[in-house]
Amino acid sequence: MTLNHDPALDAGSGRLPEETLRELRAIGARYPQARSALLPMLHLVQSVEGRVTSRGIEACADILGISAAEVSGVATFYTMYKRRPVGDYHVGVCTNTLCAVMGGDEIFERLKGHLDVGNDETTDDGKVTLEHLECNAACDYAPVMMVNWEFMDNMTPQSATQLVDDLRAGTEVRSTRGARICTWREAERVLAGFPDDRADEGPAAGPASLVGLGIARERGWKAPEGRTAAGTTSGTPGATAAAEQADTSRAESETKVEQSPTDTVGGKGDETSTGEGKKR
Amino acid sequence: MTDMLTPVLSDNWDTERPWTLESYEQTGGYAALDTALGMGQDAVIDLVKESGLRGRGGAGFPTGMKWGFIPQGDGKPHYLVVNADESEPGTCKDIPLMMASPHTLVEGVIISSYAIRANHAFIYVRGEVLHVVRRLQRAVQEAYLAGHLGQNIHGSGYDLELTVHAGAGAYICGEETALLDSLEGRRGQPRLRPPFPAVAGLYAAPTVINNVESIASVPCIVRNGAEWFGSMGTEKSKGMTLYSLSGHVKRPGQYEAPLGITLRQLLDLAGGVREGHELKFWTPGGSSTPILTAEHLDVPLDYEGVGAAGSMLGTKALQIFDETTCVVRAVLRWTEFYKHESCGKCTPCREGTWWLVQTLARLEQGKGSEQDLENLLDTCDNILGRSFCALGDGATSPITSSIQHFRDEYVRHLTEGGCPFDHAASTLFAPAGATA
Repeated sequence: MTLNHDPALDAGSGRLPEETLRELRAIGARYPQARSALLPMLHLVQSVEGRVTSRGIEACADILGISAAEVSGVATFYTMYKRRPVGDYHVGVCTNTLCAVMGGDEIFERLKGHLDVGNDETTDDGKVTLEHLECNAACDYAPVMMVNWEFMDNMTPQSATQLVDDLRAGTEVRSTRGARICTWREAERVLAGFPDDRADEGPAAGPASLVGLGIARERGWKAPEGRTAAGTTSGTPGATAAAEQADTSRAESETKVEQSPTDTVGGKGDETSTGEGKKR
Repeated sequence: MTDMLTPVLSDNWDTERPWTLESYEQTGGYAALDTALGMGQDAVIDLVKESGLRGRGGAGFPTGMKWGFIPQGDGKPHYLVVNADESEPGTCKDIPLMMASPHTLVEGVIISSYAIRANHAFIYVRGEVLHVVRRLQRAVQEAYLAGHLGQNIHGSGYDLELTVHAGAGAYICGEETALLDSLEGRRGQPRLRPPFPAVAGLYAAPTVINNVESIASVPCIVRNGAEWFGSMGTEKSKGMTLYSLSGHVKRPGQYEAPLGITLRQLLDLAGGVREGHELKFWTPGGSSTPILTAEHLDVPLDYEGVGAAGSMLGTKALQIFDETTCVVRAVLRWTEFYKHESCGKCTPCREGTWWLVQTLARLEQGKGSEQDLENLLDTCDNILGRSFCALGDGATSPITSSIQHFRDEYVRHLTEGGCPFDHAASTLFAPAGATA
């Protein structure tokens, strides 16, 4: 289904909830200059409103002391900000060259047919918004999809249709390299800088991230030996390297003292410490 | 002679919950911070200069030299901004690093900020990677609680605030001055230089902007010394780095190796091009680096080697395409990307990329004429070097290099009245034995 009217025209009237206004102001306080907060503020507006609404724009403008036109100019520049309502699940298919060649084009075509929507459109039940994406930095897992900006790696047309069916049916879905899929609005809140405390979900890395490391482990390959506790490196240091090494060894011996917490007060980092001395 | 692979940044990725502070400290994490605080700021800058570390975000500019440009004693606040907006097509190294071991980056941020005398640092991470944002937020929170961030870090008298800032979807924000405008709450459009960010960056104050991998490489250099770092890599391209293999290879993924390894060696480790197929073309460092072919398998993948072969090392994003891939289709898709991502500030890039798409789309459909190839090259000539930033330059790379290496294939589209390739044969789920 296409939303062929502009919902911005009939945006909710009145002000955003007080709690939201308070949080929008709190974002501003994170930065030396409040205007830096505009991108996260717009993420928060989306998490509350389901899109960037006119009253959301007005609220940002009021708080930052800039015009609504300036806020709107920013909101329309970035593709993650949406002026039309987004479904519970934003489903992205990478169709940049590598993913497209590896099957992203086929997946995107299959999903358009399966969901009966076009690009950047939402299903009738309001559950899924489909969009084709540019490169999402997961090329070693191509073809890649994203659900609410969580990785869904190594997809096929079959796994893609299963994925959207599960999302629409309310079945729990887990990212292949991330957490249980939350709603788009919940995701936007995290992007606004309000953590949801779910960093511990999911793996450290997917298989492709570990493939080189696995080969190195198998064959006993390592980086050269680093400095030991005594401050020595492997190999024969050149003249400058030796000086450097002596210098950092000295720093390390000081570090040992410093590691005792009771000894730490007293400015190891000031300009008279060893590093400055070396230059003389 | 160093080993073929030298995991340093990726070395803890297979440990138990490596994203946690506890795990990171068990593998020696945050000891380099103590060392650095004991050395003094200028010594840290000197060490990074001496290590030969060069920017891992694509340009390869010496990191220590960049830091050295920051005026000292100027009474202005200084800022460190980490460019974690990884978006260059093919590039996929910073995201797994931050996912698996965000503290490596955070420790690097603290040491680097200390060196340039910054008291506020930012990690500008692209918004489209929710779980990476979660892990960064958590790591920063843990670092504050442990006293690695905040006031009087490790009793040194040094203070640092670190803010994780999520972007909102714009490739151009990976360009450092566009990133600064974006971080100031504006449309992400590049700035004219000079002044350079080292003099007038964030809030017009001296600012260093470094890629994630560059900053994440700092703790190991502080820990092991410049000589250790230089024992890996080549004369002018020192150290280890993450190479990302993707596309038509048996084992795509991250391979951390000394700079100067060749694609032949990497492909060998990766099990070669997928079964029954052969290498056709590849990018050494993302879509903005001119494509190379099987002729270039033995080019050392360092800044000088790839440069001498007529391309750029870029982000070491090795996208591998086999003979089933239509180069015209690939280049058209990249060009559509550049057109979409052009910020619109400079006319040659804004208008030029639009015309490139029109011309290429026609060629891909088998329409137009051979003269269109000359038109493409002429348009590229009018884009290259004529805009504020390198986005437009990057847009020309796949076009000029593909016409150089595969002119015949463009002509085949014209003589056959359309694309001669079966796109299904290129997919990961292509039936076995499918050919172009």
